[in-house]
Amino acid sequence: MIRFVDVHKSYRAGGRDIPALQPFSLDIADGEVFGIIGLSGAGKSTLIRLINLLERPSGGQVFVDEVEMTALAEPALRAQRRRIGMIFQHFNLLASQTVADNVAFPMRLAGERRDAVVRQRVGELLARVGLADHADKYPSQLSGGQKQRVGIARALANRPSILLCDEATSALDPQTTASVLGLLAQINRELKLTIVLITHEMDVVRRVCDRVAVLDGGVIVERGNVADVFLHPQHATTKRFVNEALPEESASAHLPYARVPGRLLRLSFRGDTTMTPALGRVARETGIDFNILAGRIDRIKDLPYGQLTLAMQGDRVDAALAALRQAGIEIEELPR
Amino acid sequence: MNLLQRLFPNIDDWAEIGRACIDTLLMLGGSLALTVAIGLPLGVLLYLTAPNQLRPMPKLYAVTSLLVNILRSVPFIILMIVLMPVTYVLVGTKLGIRGAIPPLVIGAAPFFARLVETALREVQRSVIEASQAMGASLWQIVRHVLLPEARGGIFAGTTVTAIALVGYTAMGGAIGSGGLGDLAYRYGYLSYKSDYMLVTVVLLIVLVQLLQTIGDRVVARFGRH
Repeated sequence: MIRFVDVHKSYRAGGRDIPALQPFSLDIADGEVFGIIGLSGAGKSTLIRLINLLERPSGGQVFVDEVEMTALAEPALRAQRRRIGMIFQHFNLLASQTVADNVAFPMRLAGERRDAVVRQRVGELLARVGLADHADKYPSQLSGGQKQRVGIARALANRPSILLCDEATSALDPQTTASVLGLLAQINRELKLTIVLITHEMDVVRRVCDRVAVLDGGVIVERGNVADVFLHPQHATTKRFVNEALPEESASAHLPYARVPGRLLRLSFRGDTTMTPALGRVARETGIDFNILAGRIDRIKDLPYGQLTLAMQGDRVDAALAALRQAGIEIEELPR
Repeated sequence: MNLLQRLFPNIDDWAEIGRACIDTLLMLGGSLALTVAIGLPLGVLLYLTAPNQLRPMPKLYAVTSLLVNILRSVPFIILMIVLMPVTYVLVGTKLGIRGAIPPLVIGAAPFFARLVETALREVQRSVIEASQAMGASLWQIVRHVLLPEARGGIFAGTTVTAIALVGYTAMGGAIGSGGLGDLAYRYGYLSYKSDYMLVTVVLLIVLVQLLQTIGDRVVARFGRH
C-alpha cells in the first residue's frame, strides 16, 4: 500500500518557489497496476520519485507499507528503498558491468556476499525476463528492449513489493513496448507486485493498468478505474489522451454528424456484454433502426470492451435504450 | 661497440645511461603511484562537494579548488625549488630520487585530481539516481558506480599524468634529482656533449610512446564496453 497524504512539492529556482505538484492525497492498493498519465512537465516524474523519496516532498507524508517514508533517517530510508524496485526510460544500467553483474548489483548493495546465492538468483531472474543466454554480455551489446528486461530483472533482484516504472517503454518501439508491457503484466500477476507506472501514452495505461490518475499542470484532474476513465473521460486532458489512443474515434469526431438523422448515441460494452448480441435483439424487438458511425472493439487490460457511436431512429428509441441499459450497456447521448 | 663509439664519441659509460634510465623509471613509478593515491581521492572529493553534486559543500569545494589551481599554476621547476624545505622535512633530502618524489607528487596530484573530477562528471546522473533508488549509500555509489563507470577516463587521465611526470622528472634533473633529464642537462647542455642529449631524448621519446601505448591498451580493455 502506497499512501500520499496532503503531499505537495515545489522547487526553488531563482529565489522563488515553483510549484511542481499541488497538494494531493492518493492511495495505491497492494497488487494493483496504477498508471499516472500526463504530458511532459505535468509532474509525473516528480510524483513517482516521491514514493522512494528520490524527491523529497515540500510538505505532507508518504507511506509505503505503513512505513512513513518522509520520517525516515538516511540509513532506514536506504533499507526501505531496497524493497522498492525501479526501472527507467533510459534503463540506467552500469555500462562497465555485465548483464549478470548489473542484475546482481542490488543484492551486492544489500550486503549479499555469498556468490552461489547471487548466481542462482541472477539465473532465475534472467530466465524470467528471457535473457538467460545473455548473462555475460555488456549492456551496449543489447537492444533497447533487452536492456529494459535487464532493468526489470535488476529491479526484482531484492524481491521488492513495489515496482516503479519511470516511462519504462517510452524509448522503445511499439512491438518492444508490447512485449515489455506483457512482461510487466505477467510479473504483476505472478509475483503479486504493486506496479506504479508513469507514461504519456494512454495505450500503455489501457493495456496494463487497473487504475489511473491523470496529471495536468501538477494537479490530478481525474482518477479511477481504467475502464471508467477510458470509456467515459470527464476532463479535457483525459479526453485528449483517450482520443490519442483511439485514432479512428478521433478522426470520426470530425465527421459531419449534423447531417445524420436520428439520435446520436455512444454505446459502451464491457466484459460479458461484448459477447451478447444485444443490439440486434433490441433492434428487432423495438423496430428501431441504427446506423453505426464509428466504433472500436479491443481490450482494457484483460477486459474486452466495445464502443460504438451510432445514430438511432424509430418510434421506440427510448424503449430500445432502456432495453440496452437493461442488458448492461452504457449509453451516452451525444450533443449534435 | 666500435659502431657505438663512432656514433656517440663522448659516451664512454653506457652503464651510466642505464642507471639514469632506471632512476627515471623509479622516480616515475614512485611519483605516479603516490600521485594516483592522493589525486584519486582528491578528485572524488572535488566531484562530490561541487555545487549541485551528491554532497555539495561550497566552502570545502572552494578551498580545495583554489589550492588545486594554485599548485597547478606554479611552473614545475619553480614549485620544485619552493618546495625544497618541505621536501627535506618529508624525506630527509633534497636530492636524488627520494628528493624528487615529493615535488613531483605535489605538482602532479592536483592535475590528476582535476582529470579524475572531469572523468567522474561524465558518469550519467541518471545512473547514479538508479543506484540511489536501489538503496546505495554514498560510499557504495563512489566505490561501485562512479569509479567503475569512470574508469576508462581515469585510466586515460593516468596515462596523461604519467607522461607529464616524465617531463617533470627530466626537469628535476636540472636541480640534482638524477635520471635521464639530469644526464641530458649535465652532459648534453652544460658540457656540449650533444650525443648524450640525443640518446637521452630518444630514450624519453621511447618511454613516452611506451606509456601512451600501454595506457591506450588499458583504456580499450577496461573502458566503456
